Amino acid sequence: MSRSLIIGLYLTAFFITLAAVSLVWTPYDIQSLDIPNKLHRPDGTHLLGTDHFGRDILSMIMMGARTSIAVAVVAVGIGMALGVPLGLLAAARRGSLLDEIIMRGNDLVFAFPSLVIAILITAVFGASAVNAIIAIGIFNVPVFARLTRGAALPLWERDFILAARVCGKSAFRISCEHILPNITNLMIVQGTIQFSLGILAEAALSYIGLGAQPPTASWGRMLADAQTLVSIAPHTALIPGFAIVLTVLGLNLLGDGLRDWLDPRIRVVRT
Amino acid sequence: MTKIKCLAMSSVFALCASAALANDTITVAIQLEPPNLDPTGGAAQAIDSVLYSNVFEGLTRFMADGSVVPGLAERWDISEDGLTYTFHLHSGVTFHDGTTMDAEDVKFSLDRARADDSTNAQKGLFAGITDVTVVDPQTARVTLDKPNGMFLFNMAWGDAVIVAPESIENIAANPIGTGAFAFADWVQGDRLELTRNPDYWGDAPALASATFRFISDPTAAFAAVMAEDVDVFVGFPAPENLPQFEADPRFQVLVGNTEGETILSTNNKMPPFDNVMVRKALAHAIDRQAIIDGAMFGYGTPIGTHFAPHNPDYVDLLANSAYDPEKARALLAEAGFPNGFTTTLKLPPPSYARRGGEIIASQLRDVGIETEITNLEWAQWIEEVFKSKDFGLSIVSHTEPMDISIYANPDYYFQYDSPAFRAVMTQLEGTTNPIARTALLQAAQRIIADDYVNGYLFELAVATVAKAGINGLWLNQPTAAVDLTGVSWSE
Repeated sequence: MSRSLIIGLYLTAFFITLAAVSLVWTPYDIQSLDIPNKLHRPDGTHLLGTDHFGRDILSMIMMGARTSIAVAVVAVGIGMALGVPLGLLAAARRGSLLDEIIMRGNDLVFAFPSLVIAILITAVFGASAVNAIIAIGIFNVPVFARLTRGAALPLWERDFILAARVCGKSAFRISCEHILPNITNLMIVQGTIQFSLGILAEAALSYIGLGAQPPTASWGRMLADAQTLVSIAPHTALIPGFAIVLTVLGLNLLGDGLRDWLDPRIRVVRT
Repeated sequence: MTKIKCLAMSSVFALCASAALANDTITVAIQLEPPNLDPTGGAAQAIDSVLYSNVFEGLTRFMADGSVVPGLAERWDISEDGLTYTFHLHSGVTFHDGTTMDAEDVKFSLDRARADDSTNAQKGLFAGITDVTVVDPQTARVTLDKPNGMFLFNMAWGDAVIVAPESIENIAANPIGTGAFAFADWVQGDRLELTRNPDYWGDAPALASATFRFISDPTAAFAAVMAEDVDVFVGFPAPENLPQFEADPRFQVLVGNTEGETILSTNNKMPPFDNVMVRKALAHAIDRQAIIDGAMFGYGTPIGTHFAPHNPDYVDLLANSAYDPEKARALLAEAGFPNGFTTTLKLPPPSYARRGGEIIASQLRDVGIETEITNLEWAQWIEEVFKSKDFGLSIVSHTEPMDISIYANPDYYFQYDSPAFRAVMTQLEGTTNPIARTALLQAAQRIIADDYVNGYLFELAVATVAKAGINGLWLNQPTAAVDLTGVSWSE
């Protein structure tokens, strides 16, 4: 395994662990405020200090990791669940009107700047984590649809698919039984990348107040809250900032590493 | 040698000259841009912030300490029965377009404000006027239907300024008043400029021109002041940054009081808030000091009723709703909500509301009340909360002076309906005796405190950050105003 894969794995595992632990335990309850102890620097009692309401920042980061990961997982899930079947369908009916409609529809969604539309959706339907998930998820659909179709098309020309067709298998069965297993690696790699983009999008939406609403913890909102405090309590901005950077970096390294590791062609070149 | 000296000297003079030039202009930042420039037609506070006293003047006016003094009216006579006010106007007052200000303009302004189709935001100020007559060009007589102890106070409001029929059509874009500064230019979204009125009837202002800028984002506000892009910021939005300015010799920080009662607005018609026990539980669940410390970084004065604590008639009713979560839980149980309930908390943009909201949500959760927080922009807040009354709880600062009378209106957004309170207000309107007025105002404060109409949180403080050499700024905000007529730079 390459070094980037290992670093990526560790970083990702670290944040997933943080989120998982927060399900059962956090050092402090983030819903109870402790205003007399606000803006404490990191020390023995509060490992990462406290924010402007005296909440423990480590606990906030843990709960925020949960929000980020939950939003990104579901958003990528939506993208895969809709995008992959659409891509398979388009590839199976390649050249047909249906293929044209599906892919031009995807182009249409792609043509919109995703974050702007996400802002529009959350502004119209109300700011909440659920709407943020839907907004981010919609823009994952064309990514997966294109990738799936692109990867599936050359497969359709291969002899083993021809063999399957000769055996009388329907396009649906061929797609599920032969095409899909052959593009899974690709989907995993793309999923990792989209996952990191999802975390960034959630942070961005929360930063402008359109993502998860208080008291749900969110890294983006922690950053927004810390904005005017940078000069007096820099840790309140630096810590959530680093959390976002490290998670996204970790996922990108993981994605890169996985691609190298899973793609036999690249592995051959390497060894 | 002499030549060089001469040159050096002259460049020093040149420097001085340019410094002197720079010192009669000022750039003032406020948070919100006015939507239009008609103080007699628009409700937005920002209109008065820019224009009050600078461009428009009324018969009377507020001073920095909140006192009401003669404005365009030099003096007045009040009839024995308190029904007729005869205003003697200053002579030689002209509008910025050169037309003369006389009793006709007074009649026009007051009649326009109290007309049925008037869009004046404070029509109540003029409600008691039955007739305005022109005695002679320098004298106007106003007749009231009953004595009104607040009449001269009412006439000092920004909504009661004197405007001219000649320039009324374009007032929203080109305001023409009688003030020490004339409107020069308004680049929407960027700045608004005023220049000195050379024909001003009163003392000429020290400043030759002034530029207003509009910065609502706390981070941008901090950057603009730090970079000295603005000379003064009135109503600085981020209290957490004030200690830094205080420590910086380049700046002075003035923290004054406002007429802004910041309250946890409660929808009195919506169950369970129609039950006074529930409202009482709310009041006891709130820790005001935590909100002041957490949301305002210590700036603000706790209040126990809807009245400004610096007003001599204020009654300290804080003990009536002291922080006592145990009592709040007991009251909730008694009211039939032993397990609490869930309600909405809709918050407008200012940090007192957004931060205060999170703190209150946490305090209410402690006694079992769950809140769903929704952050709204001002326009949405006006629509959903203020107009449609679709809310359980909200947080807002009521910044109008002496606005306890809003509780007499059962249709006002928190929907408090109390005949007893209305009776006191009706009695107050007809009372001119100061001692009797004090008694009535205090009775009114007690009624709304005992009915726990809203959660009374704190009196909003206003912070002005200015460069060190600027004098004459208002410390307090007895009305929304950035009065520049007395502002100057020290030498």
